[in-house]
Amino acid sequence: MKRLGGLSLFALAVALLPFIFPDNYYVTVVAVSAGLHAILAISLNLLMGYAGQISLGHAAFFGIGAYTSAVLTTRYGWNPWPSILVGLAFTGTLAYIVARPILKLKGHYLAMATLGLGIIVHIFIVQMGWLTGGPDGMGGIPTLSVFGWTIDSDERWYVAIGVLLVLVIWLALNIIDSRSGRALRALHGSEVAAEMMGINTAATKTGVFVLAALIASVAGSVFAHQQAFVSPDSFSFFFSIELVTMVVLGGMASTYGAVLGAIILTFLPELLVIFEDYEVMIFGGILMGMMIFLPQGLFIGLKDLLHKLVHKRSNKAKQAASQKENNHGVA
Amino acid sequence: MFDQILQFLLTGITVGSTYALVGLGFAIIYNASDVVNFSQGEFVMIGAMSAVALSAGDSGLPLWLAAIGAVMITMLVGMALQRFAIAPARGASVVTTIIITIGASIFLRGVALVVWGKDLFPLPHFSGEDPISIGNATLLPQSIWVMGGAAALVFGAHYFFNHTTLGKAILACSCNKKAASLVGINVGIMLLVAYAMSAALGAMAGILVTPITFTSYDTGVMLGLKGFSAAILGGMGNPMGAVAGGLLLGLIESLSAGLISSGYKDAIGFIVLLLVLFFRPSGLFGKASVERV
Repeated sequence: MKRLGGLSLFALAVALLPFIFPDNYYVTVVAVSAGLHAILAISLNLLMGYAGQISLGHAAFFGIGAYTSAVLTTRYGWNPWPSILVGLAFTGTLAYIVARPILKLKGHYLAMATLGLGIIVHIFIVQMGWLTGGPDGMGGIPTLSVFGWTIDSDERWYVAIGVLLVLVIWLALNIIDSRSGRALRALHGSEVAAEMMGINTAATKTGVFVLAALIASVAGSVFAHQQAFVSPDSFSFFFSIELVTMVVLGGMASTYGAVLGAIILTFLPELLVIFEDYEVMIFGGILMGMMIFLPQGLFIGLKDLLHKLVHKRSNKAKQAASQKENNHGVA
Repeated sequence: MFDQILQFLLTGITVGSTYALVGLGFAIIYNASDVVNFSQGEFVMIGAMSAVALSAGDSGLPLWLAAIGAVMITMLVGMALQRFAIAPARGASVVTTIIITIGASIFLRGVALVVWGKDLFPLPHFSGEDPISIGNATLLPQSIWVMGGAAALVFGAHYFFNHTTLGKAILACSCNKKAASLVGINVGIMLLVAYAMSAALGAMAGILVTPITFTSYDTGVMLGLKGFSAAILGGMGNPMGAVAGGLLLGLIESLSAGLISSGYKDAIGFIVLLLVLFFRPSGLFGKASVERV
């Protein structure tokens, strides 16, 4: 019940936003991409935050989903929905095949391997120009329609992605609280200990890797239909790094933290545009600063800070009380 | 066919020498402070760009003096990175330090963008541009500078860590910081020295290779990735492994660009790297890590 409380609050905020700021560029355009980023960050957070497996190549699965949808709908005239399913099947199979050998690696080796995977997929997208349009990308991707309701305006996309985001949060919260979620957290703590308790760590890690990839693939398909255009730039190494940053910035192992991180990292560049040439420098500086001073991430860091402030006050009260007692004793 | 392969090998060793130097820089910082420094490539860029800036124009310094100045500047940047970004975040998790160094690399790239703009800059070749022919293959004199310079730096670093007190002190810090400080080693200063050395190696790599490849504010990104790949391929924490990894990566790329497809050369490099990791999860020359339970 508790977890649904937070979720309904979040859903309410998402629903009210367009009414508070009607016809606002930041709501209908930036918030929509923030929503997609949040979905990706949540999926990556399941893998990184809960299972403790770093991935610097998550954009690859996002890209495969997007390009499968783009290619099938434009080149072969498929309906978008089966294309999304094919994208899912394709991503899932690939993720399943690479998961075991990759997730055997640890720490920096895992970081390198996932980074390599992301770059390999990106290079293939760029090089297979006959299919993907190469570096120029491909356009003319049709939009989605749900039971006859065509998503053909920014406002409708806001609704669609808002609903999808709430669904993904709900899914993530449920998984984390389930038996498999506990298994994930156990193997994050210690794989050996988790195995001693009868958790099949290899299967659990593979499972969460595939799940994260599947969510990313759906996000990719939706992204392709929403933008009506895809190009390899959207799925580069830099985007993978950005996703990792969203998760870490928001706070690892916290679904709402991942959402917060995604929102901040989507809005920050928009707000920094006014600095023109200085934008890159300021962005790097802010990123560094936040990670140095709040290494636990913003969501957890702020929560701790709040906690500390409250505690300090009550500690002071306690101290004052005990001093009084001492004084009494002396007297 | 043989001539062609000889040509690819020569190119591969030239490129690999740069990767080796960047990889060596990765390994030194990793050994000293357990940090994978994703701004390693920016050291290369800053070294090259500063050398360009210092030697530019009629009133510019002669190339050798500009190079020394550029290395000094980069060493200062390296020490500042350690002092102001890495040291305050002591005890942070692997991922957090990765993001901090990524932040630092974006920051440094941003500074370079503001200072130098987006243009591509060359440096003059050190000793002429007439290619030397070896059989039917050709080699630029600058490539010999790159290979020779890299070899000298690698042997220098090897000597430094194995035969000088300062080098051994840094190694002691990487083994056990507390024990090192108990025998009177100033750990803080050793870390600064390690970052400065790593920055110097990157800067020199940048200055050596810029006459061939040119430089711009964003050349560091790909070089940083390649250096990281080299260090991982050789086995993280093994400096000579990183050098071997760099050379190997350069050779793989150049051979696959020549014999298979230049568009896929980076992909082939990474595929080989992944395959190596699948069969040797700690790299080619790395020690298998043992997890304490």
